[in-house]
Amino acid sequence: MVYAAPWMLACALGGFVVLVAFGRRLGEPRAGWFATAAIGAAFVVAVITWIGLLGHNNRQLTETLFDWVPIGSYQVKVSLLIDPLSVTMCLFVTGVSALIHLYSIAYMHKERDFTKFFVYLNLFVFSMLLLVLADNLLLTFVGWEGVGVCSYWLVAFYFDRDSAASAGKKAFVYNRIGDVGMLVAMFVLFTHLHTLTYVGIATGAPTLTGTQVTLVTIALLFAAAGKSAQIPLFNWLADAMEGPTPVSALIHAATMVTAGVYLLCRMSHLLVLTSSGRATIAVVGAATAFVAATIATAQQDIKKVLAFSTVSQLGFMVLAVGSGAYTAAIFLMVAHAFFKGLLFLGAGSVIHGLDGEQELGRMGGLRTLMAWTFATFVIGWLAIAGVPPLSGFFAKGDVLKGAWSYSKPLWAIGLVAALLTGYYMTRLFVLAFMGDPRFLKAAGGRPALAPPHDSPWVMRLPLVVLAVFAALAGVFGPALDRFLNPVFASTHLAPLSGTSSAALITVDGVVAVAGLAIAWWLWRGRAERPALTPQFLARVWYWDDAYDAVIGRPGQALARTSAEVIDPVVIDGAVLGVAAAARRVARQLRGLQNGYLRSYALLFAVGTALLVAYLLARTF
Amino acid sequence: MQSSALLVALVLAPAVAAGVLALVPRLDGLLATAVGASVAIAELVGAVLLAIGYHPSGAVYQDASTQVLAAPFGLFWRAGVDGISLLLIVLTAIIVPIAILGAPVRHRTRASIAWLLLLEAATVGSFASLDVLLFFLFFELTLVPAYFLIAGWGDQHRGPAAAMKFFVYTLVGSAFLFVGILVVAFLHQSQAGGDLTFSLTALSSTHLGGTTGVLLVLAFTAAFAVKSPLFPLHTWSPDAYAEAPVAGSVVLAALLAKLGTYGIVRFDITLFPHALVTVGPWLFALAIASILYGAVVACGSSDLRRLLAYSSLAQMGFVVLGVVSLNQAGVSGAVLLMFNHGIVTAALFLLVGFLAKRTGSSLVTGVRGIQGAAPVLAAFFTVAMMASIGLPGLNGFVSEFLVLIGFFGAEGWWAVIPTLGVIVAAIYLLWAYQQVFQGELAPKGASISDLDWRERSVLAPLLAIMVLLGVYPKLVLDRILPSVVNLLSHVTVALSTAHPR
Repeated sequence: MVYAAPWMLACALGGFVVLVAFGRRLGEPRAGWFATAAIGAAFVVAVITWIGLLGHNNRQLTETLFDWVPIGSYQVKVSLLIDPLSVTMCLFVTGVSALIHLYSIAYMHKERDFTKFFVYLNLFVFSMLLLVLADNLLLTFVGWEGVGVCSYWLVAFYFDRDSAASAGKKAFVYNRIGDVGMLVAMFVLFTHLHTLTYVGIATGAPTLTGTQVTLVTIALLFAAAGKSAQIPLFNWLADAMEGPTPVSALIHAATMVTAGVYLLCRMSHLLVLTSSGRATIAVVGAATAFVAATIATAQQDIKKVLAFSTVSQLGFMVLAVGSGAYTAAIFLMVAHAFFKGLLFLGAGSVIHGLDGEQELGRMGGLRTLMAWTFATFVIGWLAIAGVPPLSGFFAKGDVLKGAWSYSKPLWAIGLVAALLTGYYMTRLFVLAFMGDPRFLKAAGGRPALAPPHDSPWVMRLPLVVLAVFAALAGVFGPALDRFLNPVFASTHLAPLSGTSSAALITVDGVVAVAGLAIAWWLWRGRAERPALTPQFLARVWYWDDAYDAVIGRPGQALARTSAEVIDPVVIDGAVLGVAAAARRVARQLRGLQNGYLRSYALLFAVGTALLVAYLLARTF
Repeated sequence: MQSSALLVALVLAPAVAAGVLALVPRLDGLLATAVGASVAIAELVGAVLLAIGYHPSGAVYQDASTQVLAAPFGLFWRAGVDGISLLLIVLTAIIVPIAILGAPVRHRTRASIAWLLLLEAATVGSFASLDVLLFFLFFELTLVPAYFLIAGWGDQHRGPAAAMKFFVYTLVGSAFLFVGILVVAFLHQSQAGGDLTFSLTALSSTHLGGTTGVLLVLAFTAAFAVKSPLFPLHTWSPDAYAEAPVAGSVVLAALLAKLGTYGIVRFDITLFPHALVTVGPWLFALAIASILYGAVVACGSSDLRRLLAYSSLAQMGFVVLGVVSLNQAGVSGAVLLMFNHGIVTAALFLLVGFLAKRTGSSLVTGVRGIQGAAPVLAAFFTVAMMASIGLPGLNGFVSEFLVLIGFFGAEGWWAVIPTLGVIVAAIYLLWAYQQVFQGELAPKGASISDLDWRERSVLAPLLAIMVLLGVYPKLVLDRILPSVVNLLSHVTVALSTAHPR
C-alpha cells in the first residue's frame, strides 16, 4: 500500500495531460470537475499510502522510478521517499487542494480561461507532490521550480492587467533569487558528500566541516526565504494576491509557500550541526513574523492583510525550525493550511459576492448577508488568532514553547507577533462582517453595490470542511508529534516542566484574547483610523521602495547603458578599431579592397568546390 | 551500407544536393523547398541511424574513414564520430530541415536552399573531421553560405553590413587558427619525424606546453571564441542575428555557434591539455564575463533578436565554463548544453520570426497583450522561454546544472558568480514576454493571427525534445559520457607525464 505513492503523482499529472489535450473540448464546467476528481483521487491514494505506512515498522521507504541525471558516475534518480514527513505533507496538500479545486469550479465560473486555470492547478499539485515526495534535493528542485512557474502563471492569470503580469514576474524572479541558494547548497553537498539524497546527506553531514555546514544552511535558508516569503525576500507575496483568490488560498497560503519550511525540516540532520546557522534561521523567522504582522495591521485590501498574515505565520514556522522544534513547525503548517485556506476562501466568497471589491473600507455588515461565509470565517479568525481550543492555539503554542526553550528574546518577539495576529485579524473581521454595510452607497468614485447573496454550495462545502479541520486539528497535535518525531534529528531542547508549560500556554491564550479585544474595541464602528495605519506600515516598511532605489533603478540604468552605449560603441569600437588598424596595414600590403568582399567570398566558395571536386574525382 | 560510408554520405549528400540546386534553374520556388526539405529530412534519418548504430562503450572514434586527398599538402580525409560529435551532427540534422520548412524565403528560394544545404554539409563535415586541416577547411567553408544568407536574404539595408562584419570577424579569427594549425603540425613533424600530418590522433601525442603551448591554445581559441561567440569578441553576433533572415539566425545561433565551442572541446582539450590548464583561469574569466555581461545587455535590449543574441552569448559562456572545468559533470553538461541551446534557440528565433511576420518588427514595443489573441504562440513561446531560463523538467536545466556543479567541483565558491546569471536570464525573458504577450491589448494586436498548422508542426518537434531531454536526459548523456571520459583520461595522462618542452 505504501508503494501506491507514485499513483498520487500519476493522478495529478494525468489530470494535467488530459486537460492540456482535451480541456477545451471538455469545456466549462466539466474540465473543472475532471480536475477536481483527479486531485480527489490523489487524496485517496495519499490516505492509502498513509495507512500503509502506519502498518510498517520501517517508516522510511524509497521507491525508485527511473534514473534521471548522471552527474559523472553518480546517478540522480527519480525516486520517492515515503516517510511520515512526506506522507503528512501529501495528506494535507492533496486534501486542501481537492477542496480548493472544488471551490474554484464556482469561483471561476464564466472566466475567460476556465480550462487553462485547471490545467495550471493540476500541474501545480503534481509539482507540489513531487517536491515533498522526492528523495533527493535535485528532484525536489524540480517540484520546487514547478510550483514556482505555476505560481507565475496563476498570479499573472489576468494577463491583460499589467499589475498582474508584473506581480507574476516579481514572484518568479524573487523565487529565482532564492534558487541560487538551493543550487549552491546542492553544489557544496554533492562536491563533498557525492550524494544528493536526503538519507545520504543525513548520514554524511557529520563529515562536513563546520563552515561548510553553516554555509549550506545559510544557502538553504536563502532558498527557503524566496519560497516561503521570509526576510529579505518576502515582499513578492503581497503582489501575488493579483491572482484569483483560490490561487491565493492554495498556493500562496496553504501549500507552495510552506515548501521552504518543509525543505529546512527535511535537512534537520544538517541543521543540528550548526548552531550559528540555526540561530540565523530563528532570527529570520522571528523578525519576519513580527515585521509582517505589523504590516498586516495597516493594509486596506482584505487579501493583502491575509497575505502579510501568511508571511507572519510562515515566520513562526521558520522560528520553530531554527529553535529545533520541527514537529511544531509542521503542526503549524498543517493547521495554517486549514485556517488560512479557509480565510482566503472566505475572503474569496466575500469578493465574489461584492463584484470584485477587495477594500475593507467598502465592506461591513456581511454578518447577516452571507451567513455561511460568516460562520466559517469566525472559526478561521479565532483559529488564527490563537483562541483556545481551536487549532491555531495549540499549533502556535507549540512553536512558542520551542522558541522559549531556545531563546527568551526570540520567544518575546514571537509573543508580540502573536498579539498582533489577534489584533489585525480582528480588525479585518470587524471591518468586513460587523457594523453597517458601506458598499451600499457609492463613495470615493466607486459605485454602490447590491447586497450580496451567499455563495453556491460548491463554494460553501469547502468552507465547512476546512472550518471543521481548522477548529479541531489541534487535537491531533500530540499524535502528529509522535508520528513525525523519528524523522527529525534530535535537537536536545530542554524539556519544559509541567508548570512552566502550563504558564506558557496561559500566556498564549491571554495574549491572543488581548489582541482580539484591543482590535474589537478600537475598530468596532469605525472604518478608518489613520493614526493606526501609518504610511510606514501601509507601504511595507518602504521595503519595495528601498529595493527599487538600490537595485531596481540602477540595474535598469546599467542594462540600458550597456545595450545602448557600452556594447555597440565601446566594446564594438575597441574590437573594430583593432581590426581597422590591421586592415589599413593589410591594404597597404596587398591592396585589398574590402568593398569586393562578396566576390572574394564567392571566389573562395568556387575555389573550394573545385578543389573538393578535383580531389574526389581523383580519390574515390 | 557500412556506417563509415553513411558518415561520408552525411557530409557529401547535402553538398551534392546544393550543387544540383545551383545548377538546375527549373528547381525553383516550392520545388526547391521540397527538394531541400527532402534532402534535409533524409539527412536527419541518416543521422539518427548513425546514432542508433553508435556503441557508447565501443571504440573512441567510430564509423571512421581515411582517404588521401592531396598527399603533398598532408591533406587527408579523416572522419569519424564519438558521442560528442555525433550529438552535434544529429543537432545539425534536426535544425536544417526545420529552418528550411519553418522559415521559407519569398524570393530566390533555390539559391537560399542551396546555401543552407551547403552550410549543412560544411557543418556536418566540421563535426566529423578527425583531421585538423580538414576541420579547418570545413570550418572556413561554413562562412561562405552564412555570409550569402545574411547578405542576400537579410534586412535589405543593414543585412550586407552585418554580413560583412560577420565575415571579417570570423576570417580574422580563422587566420590565427590556420597559423596555429600549421605550427602544431610542423612542431609535431620535427619531434616525431615522418611525413607532415594533420591527423588529430597523431598530433595529440605531442603535448605542447610552456609558452608555445599557451600561444597555440590562444590562437586556436581566438577563432573559436569569435565563432561561439565569447566576450569581448561577440559584437558581430547581435548585428548578424538581428539582420539575418529567420533561417539564417536559426542556423547561425543554433549550429555555427557550436562550431566554436566544439572546437574548444575537440581541439583545445586534445592538443593542448597542459596549456589549457594554464590559461584556464583566463577562460573562466571570459566565460563568466560572457554570462553576466550577456545577461545585463539582454536586459537592456528592446529588439527580441538582439536580446536572443546576448542570451546566446551568456549560454555560450556556460558552455565554456563547463568545458574548461575539465571534469565529467562540467564537460558532459557543456556538450549537452550545446545541443540544448541549439534546440531552444532555434525555437526562439523561429517564434520571434513568426511574431515579426505578424507585427512587422521584432521590437518588444511592436505589439502588446497578444496572449489572448494568439494563445498557441504564447504557449509555445512560454515553453521555449522556460527551457532557456533553465526550468527543471525542460532540457536547459539539466545541462546548466551539470555545468555549474562541474565548475564548483573545479573552482569552488567562484561558482556562485555565474549562478547569479540564472536570475538575470529570468528577468530579461519574462520582461520581454510581458512586453509582447501581456498587458492591455493594443488595437493593432487584435488582428494578430495565431500560429498556423505549418508553424505549429515545425515547432512541435523542438518542444517535444525540450520535454524529453528534461525528463530523460540520460538518453543523450549515456552516449556522451564515455567520450567525455576518454577526453578527460587523455588530459589526465598528459598532465601526469613530465612537463613538456
